Amino acid sequence: MSAPKINPVEPPAHTLPSQVVKDDEPVLVAAAKAGDITAFETLVGRYERKIFRLAQNITQNREDAEDSMQEAFLKAYEHLGEFQGNSRFYTWLVRIAVNQALMKLRKRRPNQVSLDEEIDTGEDLMTREIEDWGPSPEDRYEQTELSTILNTTISELDPSFRVVFQLRDIEELSTEETAEALGLSVPAVKSRLLRARLKLRQKLNRYFRRSENS
Amino acid sequence: MNCRNIVKELSNYLDEALDSTLKASIEKHLEHCEDCKVVVDTTKQTIQIYCNSEPAPLPEETRLRLRDALKKRLRGVRV
Repeated sequence: MSAPKINPVEPPAHTLPSQVVKDDEPVLVAAAKAGDITAFETLVGRYERKIFRLAQNITQNREDAEDSMQEAFLKAYEHLGEFQGNSRFYTWLVRIAVNQALMKLRKRRPNQVSLDEEIDTGEDLMTREIEDWGPSPEDRYEQTELSTILNTTISELDPSFRVVFQLRDIEELSTEETAEALGLSVPAVKSRLLRARLKLRQKLNRYFRRSENS
Repeated sequence: MNCRNIVKELSNYLDEALDSTLKASIEKHLEHCEDCKVVVDTTKQTIQIYCNSEPAPLPEETRLRLRDALKKRLRGVRV
């Protein structure tokens, strides 16, 4: 897969609800496009944590994640004039950050990262560890402990599954947006997402199953 | 509808991307298959718990380096 580049063509408008997009985002984006640096810095402050987590989850390396985040925000500012407002600014920003993080990842591990290789999803969908989880994990664990569990578990996924899960289920991009951001087909995104969800469920089972709570 | 088909359609079911006939067929299976019901419920919880998780605050030094980089590029401030 060739190195991703910023695509000035925006993805289709995202229709899913998102908790991260505030009502004033279009106003801030318009102000930033008009040269209001403070408005852009407000957008940075709003999304820096999520973009850093995204980069961290993709690169699995703090230094690369920090570089990716910085470069993503700087590129977003430089290319702000190309953003037409047909999609969420946040979705556009995520795509830039994904490109930066994937470039870092490939640079560090050029022979290990291929998002577009064929993955057989036909037969290996066996579900193991079938046990009810009981009380809500959010109620059972302290926030810090829960974060550690979630971070550890997602880091164990293959990068080609991890990045798809990250974009679809954490950043709430649509399947089509995820496919476009990663240069994958929609069926490939769907098959990786299913595998990622099943693998994460199975891995989390060791923490959350009812018998762990008794 | 059998258990293998439930797993194959799991994502589409959770994403509400199925037509009403297939959805009804899955729900009928779930009424009497406890194992599939557990897999569906715990997969749903897996998605929700990640989706609801708040990102940790940036490490202070990371935040400062980001601010410096932005100041330098956006405002032309030497840092």
